[in-house]
Amino acid sequence: MRNNATVIHSTVAAAAFALTFAAGASAQSVTVASWGGSYQAAQSKALFMPVAAAMGITINEETYKGIGQVRTRVAANAVPWDIISTGSGGGARACVEEILIPLDYNLIDVSNFVADTHLPCCVGSDVFATVMAWNTDTYGDNGPQSWADFWDVQKFPGTRSIRGKMHGMLEPALMADGVAPRDVYRVLDSEAGIKRALDKIRELKPHVAVWWSSGAQHAQLMKDGEVDMTTGWNGRFDVAKADGAKVAYTYNQGLQDYDCFGIPKGAPNAGLAMQVIAEMSKAEFQVNLPKYITYGPTNAEVYQTGQVDESVARQLPSHPSNARKLLPVSQEWYAKWEKIGSEMYQDMITE
Amino acid sequence: MTAAAMDINAAALRRDERREKLALFSLCAPASLLVLVIIVAPVGWLFWLSLFNDAGVMSLDNYTRMFESKSYTRIFITTFQVSFLTTALCVLLGYPLAYFLAQLPRRWAALGMLAVLLPFWTSLLVRTYAWLVVLQRKGLVNQWGMELGLWEAPLRLAHNLNGTLIGMAHIMLPFLVLPLYGAMKAIDFDYMKAAANLGANPVSAFRHVFLPLSLPGLFAGIIIVFVLCLGFFVTPAVLGGGKVIMVSMKIETLVDLFFNFGTASALGVVLLGLTLLVLFAAHKLLQLDRVLGGGHGGNP
Repeated sequence: MRNNATVIHSTVAAAAFALTFAAGASAQSVTVASWGGSYQAAQSKALFMPVAAAMGITINEETYKGIGQVRTRVAANAVPWDIISTGSGGGARACVEEILIPLDYNLIDVSNFVADTHLPCCVGSDVFATVMAWNTDTYGDNGPQSWADFWDVQKFPGTRSIRGKMHGMLEPALMADGVAPRDVYRVLDSEAGIKRALDKIRELKPHVAVWWSSGAQHAQLMKDGEVDMTTGWNGRFDVAKADGAKVAYTYNQGLQDYDCFGIPKGAPNAGLAMQVIAEMSKAEFQVNLPKYITYGPTNAEVYQTGQVDESVARQLPSHPSNARKLLPVSQEWYAKWEKIGSEMYQDMITE
Repeated sequence: MTAAAMDINAAALRRDERREKLALFSLCAPASLLVLVIIVAPVGWLFWLSLFNDAGVMSLDNYTRMFESKSYTRIFITTFQVSFLTTALCVLLGYPLAYFLAQLPRRWAALGMLAVLLPFWTSLLVRTYAWLVVLQRKGLVNQWGMELGLWEAPLRLAHNLNGTLIGMAHIMLPFLVLPLYGAMKAIDFDYMKAAANLGANPVSAFRHVFLPLSLPGLFAGIIIVFVLCLGFFVTPAVLGGGKVIMVSMKIETLVDLFFNFGTASALGVVLLGLTLLVLFAAHKLLQLDRVLGGGHGGNP
């Protein structure tokens, strides 16, 4: 029954699709959904428009609110998007829940990709880092150089902001507690390990003025001088700095994370979407992205093209000189501990 | 009259009563149907969803989780605490304001009401962010206060409970003032004159005459504000600095974190249950149907 319904639905969708586009007699098209804002503007100029031109197709853009929305659409069997751009964590969960379809890695070439930047159903589109940032009015250029410094309110007196969710917070806490970056996920792989990280955050808690909940927020906090130090995503700080914020950050002990492209189950043009993703993963298109936002390419070949200005390249999180300072976020760990860790984290905040 | 005649009479009266009830019922049927479709059905559906755990199996997991983790209790306490304090602030600010407006000549009162209503026409989000600009560490209040030498270190007015309460009281105030002002305008000021005539000083005339007559409006306002506060999201999320976590915010995290709506639904069901409980308790304690003029009998 269910299969029948799906078949009928796809047939109707295909027919509707054919009717819509028969009149225009234009080429095929796919619809991409992303986060909007300066981020999507950069994606559009660097990837969507050039790829559409190269393939002779139309790429329509929409914005959406995240994997929860895709989940509802897939459940309702009414998916309006062919490609979605999401964070790696959302992508990993979507893979487990099977709301994104497996990608064809014979078509999409990831042989030159930065390590740990693709999943079976979501391929990395750009690399960003969770870093520590500080107010240059408060600390000048001598800001914190390690998570231990970030935690040290004697050496760096002032207020802090950290994330209101567990994601990207337990790793820094353990590093501040003296765990070597390479051992972080091994130590975290038990409730006792998570508790150790939370106890370290409890130490800092009296100095946490704001628990941030979005990238726009932590950028604004630095712009307003509301806190003296915060964790956050590197690209946001660069945008804030360009906007006049007194902010600097370091890649030391940062966390390497990435955004990725996936195809929702029941996407109207899944086949074409796969080809579009394959194109967008090529160095010739990814090379454009750093022109618009300081997020690095996932395809490391970009750095060999010589087309990215050396000074720009050195600012990007996936540049070899920065990438070696970063700890790649372990999606396996998040898949295993996300729910338990999130509840424990909220317990810690509310106590 | 014979007994038989009385029976016939009674039967006719009963028939009439039934017919009238039916007529009244059919008159309100469209509205009842609307309530059924847009409120009862979705809430029932949410309740149904809350009985399924993450794996889609029917269980009480979503409810037992709330007892296992201490944060749920704290979040419920915060929710009721914030709602209670906001309501109290609104009463403290709103009662004198409504009283003042009710005494003003018509034209000035209209102008005053405009001032109360004006913020209503501004987006909630805009007003909340405006408070952030005013209250934060380097915001207007702290800048002025420190320049004038009123205080040395910046006061912590935003990103905590203080900021949340200031923002929420501002947003909720019209919901209290409107029904209260309405009730006060309906009070005949001749009663006050009569009280004075009978020897009451202004304070006791207010206490024994005006205050009791204004209570229905006040209680209506209190209930509206309190219930709206319980489900509030934007203002605590923006002005609470992540420290003031209310149920609505927890529901959002749960929808994002879990595969299905069950966990979040359970939280919504518990909040609804607690809200009804509070309303019921208020109803019993304050005998609301009497002051609000509902219920049976007691028609003026």
